[in-house]
Amino acid sequence: MTSNPPPSGTGGMALGRTVLPIAMLSPAVLVTVAIVFLPMIQTAWMSLHDYILFRPKSFDFVGLKNFVAALHDEVFWISLRHTAIWIFLTVPSQMLLGLAAALLLNQEFPWRGLARALIIVPWALPSVVIALMWVWIYDSNYGVLNDFMLRFGLISRSIPWLADPATALYAIILTLTWQGFPFFAVMILAGLQSIPRSYYEAAAIDGASTWRQFWHITLPGISGVLVTAVLLRTIWVANSIDVIFVMTGGGPGYATYTLPLYAFIKARTNLDFGYGSALAVLFTLMLIGLVVVYLRRVGKAVQS
Amino acid sequence: MIIRKRSLARRLLTVDLPVVAILLFALGPYAWMFLTSVTEKGRLFTQGPSLSGATMENYVRLFKTVGFWNNLVDSFIIAGGTVVIGLTLSVTAAYAFSRFNFPAKRGLLLQFLVINMFPVVLLILPLFIFMRQLGLIDTHLALIIANSTVAIPFSVWMMVSYMNGIPRSLDDAAMTDGCTRLGALWRVVMPLCLPGIIATGIYIFITSWNEYLYALTLGGRNVRPITVAIQTLIGEYEVEWGLLTAGGIVGAMPATILFLIVQKRLISGLTQGAVKG
Repeated sequence: MTSNPPPSGTGGMALGRTVLPIAMLSPAVLVTVAIVFLPMIQTAWMSLHDYILFRPKSFDFVGLKNFVAALHDEVFWISLRHTAIWIFLTVPSQMLLGLAAALLLNQEFPWRGLARALIIVPWALPSVVIALMWVWIYDSNYGVLNDFMLRFGLISRSIPWLADPATALYAIILTLTWQGFPFFAVMILAGLQSIPRSYYEAAAIDGASTWRQFWHITLPGISGVLVTAVLLRTIWVANSIDVIFVMTGGGPGYATYTLPLYAFIKARTNLDFGYGSALAVLFTLMLIGLVVVYLRRVGKAVQS
Repeated sequence: MIIRKRSLARRLLTVDLPVVAILLFALGPYAWMFLTSVTEKGRLFTQGPSLSGATMENYVRLFKTVGFWNNLVDSFIIAGGTVVIGLTLSVTAAYAFSRFNFPAKRGLLLQFLVINMFPVVLLILPLFIFMRQLGLIDTHLALIIANSTVAIPFSVWMMVSYMNGIPRSLDDAAMTDGCTRLGALWRVVMPLCLPGIIATGIYIFITSWNEYLYALTLGGRNVRPITVAIQTLIGEYEVEWGLLTAGGIVGAMPATILFLIVQKRLISGLTQGAVKG
């Protein structure tokens, strides 16, 4: 290691104070501008054009035509409805399951450390692996789910979970719930451990029931963590395309189309980048809207 | 509920048993996948997966005939490259955020937070066009750059919180002792937030290793990371579940192991806090 030069004079220090932070920040800022913000603007720009990739010469400005087309597109509305079902079923199920897991793992038992480490596994797996695993579980001929349910008499014959339009979306929602609940469990567990034990001791002396302790101590204690976790998960769940793409590719028919998936498929298989971009922009605006509403309502309630 | 000492039977019923149930739900599918991967092909469809007569045949085929090794190497290069870029850019940026005051600080910090929210679909199309113009399609570099869109904002965010946890007085002391600013960063701050840097690095590695959509769109032929390779197994080999699940197990292994390592650090930090609190 080289020896450091002696400290510079006060003039150099002042200069260093303004130049150094700029020098240290600019690589990260420039790179994000180049690979995130410019592409984002380009997507917005493309959405205003007729742009089909295999016709590279034609890049005609069409204004809001793509957006108007989307509003008249039946598949757009189907995808939007699925996206709403997808978010409003998956995130709460993940949260409730995660809360139950966290409350259990917060109890005293000998193998607690091991259980806490193992519960995280679904979160670490690649989406593709998760998707494959569950396609195998749902398999209509040899899948373990059908086998299990037949054996216990819950169903009378095998159900092709992913091939049946009525069940496909819900089958994928179960998969996603499975993937995401450990995240909630870990976050909530951290929140639980920040609540001082003395609160519970005081409440117990006052004769508060377990339920009242949960309602008046535990829930307020983890509310901050819950708000953050729900926010992050909503964004991730809304954006996740890979699990559906591998499991059903959107099918059967349009049964498992969500908005981002529709945008991706439009661009990838039809190479219609103009329309695909318009769908992506619309979806992003809606997601931002959802997040703003959520933070306004819930974020404020927690802080006050 | 803490003061009263519960009987063993009651604890088993109210705690251990439900925990076992939740763990079964969390690990069951993974265990099922493993079981399938070690079951002989002929046996799989007649008797179903089982441990008796376990065979490594699927794993051998995976590496011998399908060329899984190259896919692993691709994934390592891409994930490793993303870690290097992500950490270098974010450690310096985080130091600037944590130690200096400058006019646009809040706005810039907010920018890195907001980027985490952008959907991949918003970026994937222009990145594809961009890479095509530069002739980078199907190279490791393209995927490293694409994964950085996720890695940089996330790690800036993580590193700022780690560095804020290290007292400024330590930098000042180092500088009074003759270190420059950068010397203080290198000799004092970096070693102290090494656990944070490692955790962030591992997290970047895992997310890049697991990434699929960029890999599918920007790679594919020459550069085919593990996630895409696993998926293409479906088409090439008529639903050979043994081979597929073996691929899944191998593909998930590095990320799972790394995650369990970070998880340990996380838990020990949490439990220490709980004991003190």
